[in-house]
Amino acid sequence: MHAMPAEPVTADAVPLAGAAPVRLSAARPGDRGVIVDVRAESGSAGHGVGVHELQRRLLEFGFVEGAEVEVLHEGAIRRDPIAVRVDDMRIALRRRDAAEIWVQLDPR
Amino acid sequence: MSDTTLTGARVALVGNPNSGKTALFNALTGSRQKVANYAGVTVERKEGQLVTPAGRTLSILDLPGTYSLRARSPDEVVTRDAVLGKLVGERAPDVVVAVADATNLRLVLRLILELKAVGRPMVLALNMYDIAQRQGLRIDLEGLARELGCPIVTTVATRKRGIEDLIAQVDAIAASGALGADSAWREPGAGEIREAHREAQRILKAHVRPPERPDTFTGKVDSVLLHPVAGLAILLALLFVMFQAVFTWAKPVQDLIDAGFHLLGVFIALHLPAGIITSFVTDGLISGVGSVLVFLPQILVLFLFIILLEDFGYMARAAFLMDRIMGGAGLHGRAFIPLLSSFACAIPGIMATRVIDNKRDRLTTILVAPLMTCSARIPVYTLIISAFIPNRQVLGVLSLPGLVMFSLYAAGIVSALGVSFITRRLFWRGAVEPFLMELPTYKAPDALNVARSVALRGKIFIKRAGTIILPMMIAVWFLSSFPGAPAGATDPAINYSLAGRIGHFIQPALQPIGFNWQMTVALIPGFAAREVAVAALGTVYAIGNADASPGTLATTLAHHWSIATGLSFLAWYVFAPQCASTFGVVKRETNSWFWPIVMLVYMTSLAYAAAFVVYHTAAAFGLG
Repeated sequence: MHAMPAEPVTADAVPLAGAAPVRLSAARPGDRGVIVDVRAESGSAGHGVGVHELQRRLLEFGFVEGAEVEVLHEGAIRRDPIAVRVDDMRIALRRRDAAEIWVQLDPR
Repeated sequence: MSDTTLTGARVALVGNPNSGKTALFNALTGSRQKVANYAGVTVERKEGQLVTPAGRTLSILDLPGTYSLRARSPDEVVTRDAVLGKLVGERAPDVVVAVADATNLRLVLRLILELKAVGRPMVLALNMYDIAQRQGLRIDLEGLARELGCPIVTTVATRKRGIEDLIAQVDAIAASGALGADSAWREPGAGEIREAHREAQRILKAHVRPPERPDTFTGKVDSVLLHPVAGLAILLALLFVMFQAVFTWAKPVQDLIDAGFHLLGVFIALHLPAGIITSFVTDGLISGVGSVLVFLPQILVLFLFIILLEDFGYMARAAFLMDRIMGGAGLHGRAFIPLLSSFACAIPGIMATRVIDNKRDRLTTILVAPLMTCSARIPVYTLIISAFIPNRQVLGVLSLPGLVMFSLYAAGIVSALGVSFITRRLFWRGAVEPFLMELPTYKAPDALNVARSVALRGKIFIKRAGTIILPMMIAVWFLSSFPGAPAGATDPAINYSLAGRIGHFIQPALQPIGFNWQMTVALIPGFAAREVAVAALGTVYAIGNADASPGTLATTLAHHWSIATGLSFLAWYVFAPQCASTFGVVKRETNSWFWPIVMLVYMTSLAYAAAFVVYHTAAAFGLG
C-alpha cells in the first residue's frame, strides 16, 4: 500500500517549508500528510471522557507524531465521520475527535 | 512448581480485535468449549480444554479483544484483570498467548510491549500468516523473537496450520515451570504511549519488511461500501435482505417446532390423566419451552447474517455509515449492531451492547433496545391486524395490513431514537463519547468458524430459555391456574385464578385506554413473553388452541372489541414492557434494579399514553 514511514518526526523537527499544519478535522478525502502533533486541548469541548483520555485513545489507535495519514472517505451527513488511513491501518473517527490531530499536508 | 507430574496449565489468548483470536481458539479447542459469564458482569467467558501430546491439560481462555490493557469497556476490563490475575476467583494465566494479525502488526506490538511489562510467560502467535506471505510481507522471525524475548509461532488458524507448534511452545513453557516476573505494568500516560509507539516502530523497521503486494482489495471495496450514497443504499438493501431472510427462511422451521410442541402436548394430554400435573406439563412446561424455542430459527438466521458480516469486516463499516444518523439521536455508531439484534429479540441485543465502551452510551442503548420490534410482537400484531384491518389495497400497490405492520415497526424505531434523544438531554447533557474504530481489512469468512459461532449463539439462547425464561413461564402458569375454577363455574378457569384477579383489579386503570377485563387478564401471562398474550386471549375467550386457529380468535376479537380498542391494543404493544426476561437481563447487565425499573416505568407510561391517544382519536372518528 505504501512504504514504511520515515523516521518519527517530532513537532519541532518539521521542516518550516510548506503550509502551516492543519487539524485533521479540516481535511478532505484525498488529503494526505504526516501527523506533527496530537494535542489534549479542549478545542471541542464536551467530550464525555476528557481531553487527556481522548488524546491517549488517539495515540493508542496509532495517531502518533510521525504517522502518515490520508483521508479516505467521509460520511454523508456533514461529511462526518471520516475514514483515515494511518500508516497501514484504516481508522474511522468523528471530525470533532480528529480536531486534536495536527497534520502537515503534502502539497496536492 | 515442579512439572514432572504434568500439572495442567492455564493459557490466556490476548490480542487486538480482528486478529483471528476466536478462530485460533476454535482451532485449539475444537468443540471442547464452554461459555459462561464472569462473576458479576455479563462479559462472556469462553474457555476450552485441550490435552497436549505430552499429556498436559491446557485450559484456554479466549479473552475479549483489546488494543490496550488500559481498559475502557467492560469487555476490556475483563481482559486486563484476567491478564493481571485480578479477576475474582481466577488466578493469573500461566502462559499468555499474544495473538497478532501478521499483516497488521503495528498496534499489536504496542499491546505486546504492555503484556511484556505484566511479566507472564508469553508466546506470540503470528496469525493469518498465509495472507502475510501472499502479500510478500517479510518478517524476520528469529530477530523479532529475540527482540521481544518470547517464542514466535506462525499460524493460520482457519486452516489449523501452526497449531501443533503453538501447543508445543506453550507446553514447553508450562513444563519449564516458568513463573514469570512480577507485574511492572501500570496505566500508561500519553508520553508512555508515544514512547511505546516509537519502540514498536523501531522493532517493525528492524524486523519487518513491508509487503511487496499489499492488499488493494479492501480499498476498492471501501470506495463502494463507504460511499456516502451507494454505501447507505447497500446497507439498507442488506438490512432488507436480512429481515426477509429472518422471517421467510425461519418460518418453515418455526412452524415445525410449533407443531412438534403442540403434538407433544396433545400426546401427553392423551396419556396422562387430566389434572393439575398434566396441566403443568402441557400448559406450563411444554408450551412454555415451545413458545421460546420457536424463536430459535429466527435468532440463528439473524446471527448467521451478523456473524458473516462481522467476519467479513463489514460491521465496522455499518457503524461508520450509521454513526452520524444515530448520533443525531444521541446513540453511538456501535449501538447499531445491538439494536439490529433487538429486532429478533431484545435479549441478545442487550447482551451485545457490551461492545460499547462507554457506560452512558451503553445504558442508552440498553434502555431503547426493547422498543425495537422484536419477533415476539409479530404474533400479536398479526392477530390484531387480521381482526381489525381490512385487507385492501392502498394506492393500488400496497396492502393495508402490510402498511400497518410497517408503521408499527417504524413507530418502534422512531420512538427508540426519540427516547435516546431525551435520555441524552435529561441524564447526560452534552457529554459525547469519542468514536474511534478500526476498519479491518476484508476477509472471506471461514465456514466452520461461522457455523461454530452461530451454534454458540443458539446454545446461549437455549440456555437462557432454560434458566430465565422457563421459570418465568412456570410462574405465569401458576398465576393463571391457581386457584382453580369452582365447581359449576361457567366462565373460563383463568377468570378465577390469581392472574384473573389481578387482571380484574387493574382493569379500572386500563379502562381509559379502552381495554376490557379479558384483555387485562391476558396481559398478565403476556408479561412472561409477548406472544403468550395470544394464547391467553384464546383462553379467556374460551377458544381451545388459539395458536393453531388464529382465524377463529381474530373473528371472535373482531366481534367483541371495537376497532378503537384493537388499535389501542396495537399501540400498547409497540411500547409495553411485556417481557419479564428482558428485565432479568437488564438487571444482570447493569447490575442494579434501578435501570430495569426506569425501563418499566418509561415503557409503561409510553404505552399507556400511546394507547390513550390512539383509542380516543379512533373513538372520535366513530370507531369506538
